[in-house]
Amino acid sequence: MSAAFDEKVHNTLADANLQLAIYRATARLIDHRKHAVTADALPDYQELRTEANAIKRHTIDHLDHYLEQFEANVTAHGGKVVWCQDATEVADFVLGLAKERHARLIVKSKSMTTEEIDLNERLEHHHLESVETDLGEYILQLAHQRPYHIVAPALHLTRYDVGDLFARTLGVANETAVEKQTLIARSVLREKFLAADIGISGANFLVADSGAVLLVENEGNARLTTSAPRIHIAVAGIEKLIPRAQDLAVFLKLLGRSATGQALTVYTSFLSGPRRTGEIDGPEEFYVVLLDNGRTKLLADSAKRESLYCIRCGACLNHCPVYRKIGGHSFPWVYSGPIGAIITPQFLGVKHEPALPFASSLCGACAEVCPVKIDIPKILLDLRAEVKQDERRDGRGRMERLVFKLWAWVMCHPRIYEMAAMVAAGVAPAENGAWLRKAPALMDVAPVRAWLSQRDLPPAPPKSFRELWRKR
Amino acid sequence: MSREHILHTVRTALGRSAGQAIAQPPPVRLRLPEVDLESRVTSMLSRVEALAGKTHRAATAEDARGYVSTVLAGRSAVASNAPFLRECGILSLPGVQSGFTDAAELRALCATVHVGITSADYALADTGTLVMLASPAEARLISLLPPVHVALVPAGRILSGLDELFTILPHPAAQTSSMVLITGPSRTADIEQILVRGVHGPGEIYVVVVG
Repeated sequence: MSAAFDEKVHNTLADANLQLAIYRATARLIDHRKHAVTADALPDYQELRTEANAIKRHTIDHLDHYLEQFEANVTAHGGKVVWCQDATEVADFVLGLAKERHARLIVKSKSMTTEEIDLNERLEHHHLESVETDLGEYILQLAHQRPYHIVAPALHLTRYDVGDLFARTLGVANETAVEKQTLIARSVLREKFLAADIGISGANFLVADSGAVLLVENEGNARLTTSAPRIHIAVAGIEKLIPRAQDLAVFLKLLGRSATGQALTVYTSFLSGPRRTGEIDGPEEFYVVLLDNGRTKLLADSAKRESLYCIRCGACLNHCPVYRKIGGHSFPWVYSGPIGAIITPQFLGVKHEPALPFASSLCGACAEVCPVKIDIPKILLDLRAEVKQDERRDGRGRMERLVFKLWAWVMCHPRIYEMAAMVAAGVAPAENGAWLRKAPALMDVAPVRAWLSQRDLPPAPPKSFRELWRKR
Repeated sequence: MSREHILHTVRTALGRSAGQAIAQPPPVRLRLPEVDLESRVTSMLSRVEALAGKTHRAATAEDARGYVSTVLAGRSAVASNAPFLRECGILSLPGVQSGFTDAAELRALCATVHVGITSADYALADTGTLVMLASPAEARLISLLPPVHVALVPAGRILSGLDELFTILPHPAAQTSSMVLITGPSRTADIEQILVRGVHGPGEIYVVVVG
């Protein structure tokens, strides 16, 4: 475990207010989802999950075909597809276009993909103002923080934090009523919307047979971002494709319910190209940036390819006992929770944070609530194996391997196991549980000390199971 | 070039060659329940109410006009160019401006008036959703910039739900550059999960079902 990961985890655990905030927010989201997917509310929920998985599997397995079909349809509607391999190419494209069109102000709607490539920072570095407009994202931009959660980005902040932040950064009175804070943000951002030259959105889905970008949201900021400025740029990972507009009947029923328990979010925008002849408003130019940024690496691994099915609903975060303790900022990259634990090592390499695939109890809650049925625990196990192989290549972990070899050997030889157990039982006191911890020689070995800091062996029973079995 | 590079990498990863045929995608899954008109209307109205929207069932165009007049209460409004609004006599209500075809002019007005009045191409009964297709009759910003949105929908336009919408409109992009589904007033819960309505879009929504 890296020192940074360790420190963030411990700081989060030690912060009682933060623990309460995470617990409350995730509990509420769990509850909302639960009511939205009951047999009464959505009788064919499980069928829809199976269907969503099948559609995603088919699309990802034929991704080249759907990417080309999508591009052809965007072009047919007067839009343009821009292919980018990495963050630099996206920033170069946006900066180049802004320069050509003399654009000075960009409004942005929430997008994890643009967080992934630090787009705002890259644009600001070139003196191009790029303003987040989702309330939570706007707060985080002012606070210079990254999202704490995929769908509830500012869940770790209280209204008092927001009041202080607005007073400090916007020069307004310190308001602690959430309604008033929302109004402050509304009026500041309304000016930005009306003055902006470019709107940048993400995409929840890219629809191949329509050349369309689909966006779901509750605030209306994504609609404004894609309707008010004269240029709309959607930035999306190549895995966001689905084949047909009709497939949305499956995905839209799952996404809102899994994320926030809503049958549909307040706004669902299906956008295909710039304003057409006769249409009164809407952007004059429409671009879709198709971003790789490591996704093709995941695609090449057929065992873990399903990581790309994710529709970013955040349900796995809410239901994860580890996320609910260590929070979003402990994770080493923008994607947190179980989905972050499986995609971060695949995007950035297992060396980036080798402890990540191990930061799970493998309880399986994530897989159970995943609307597209990604087998997250299985992928975590695969990644653990990769971490260990990586250690082996580097000549590390010899002692661990030796211990496990010895353990395996003992487990394969019942007589020896029994003898070892008898010896251990002879040494162990019958009363006190915390007995290994009292052995100073053991506590001198760092890994053993770390292990024993949280747990110990229970006291030995008077008779072993084997003895009882023989005398039954 | 990035396009060729990405496509090549994708194909290599999948073991596919350029232009190779694809397997059949899973069949489209659309289920159409039998729901009679009255049940659709009832469901639509109750779903909108559950989302804190206001509703009215108008028997006639005149009834609809009277209700909208009460909602406006003399406040300024922009109405879309939908023929249905003219049929309902909305355009002649005091304070209502309409007939805009210039984007800049419309936008400036939408940013200052109190109420935006539109029709809706369809509505979805099971979720209380308005379906709006951008066209010469319906601009995007009328249902978005003013703090209040009033929508008049003919009862016959209420569909059972998403599955019926995508059965009727298998290719929305063939008709419009923008199809928006509106389900209740604009809302946020980004601060301490406390629900606040009207953050960027309208905080109040009125759905008038006519007929």
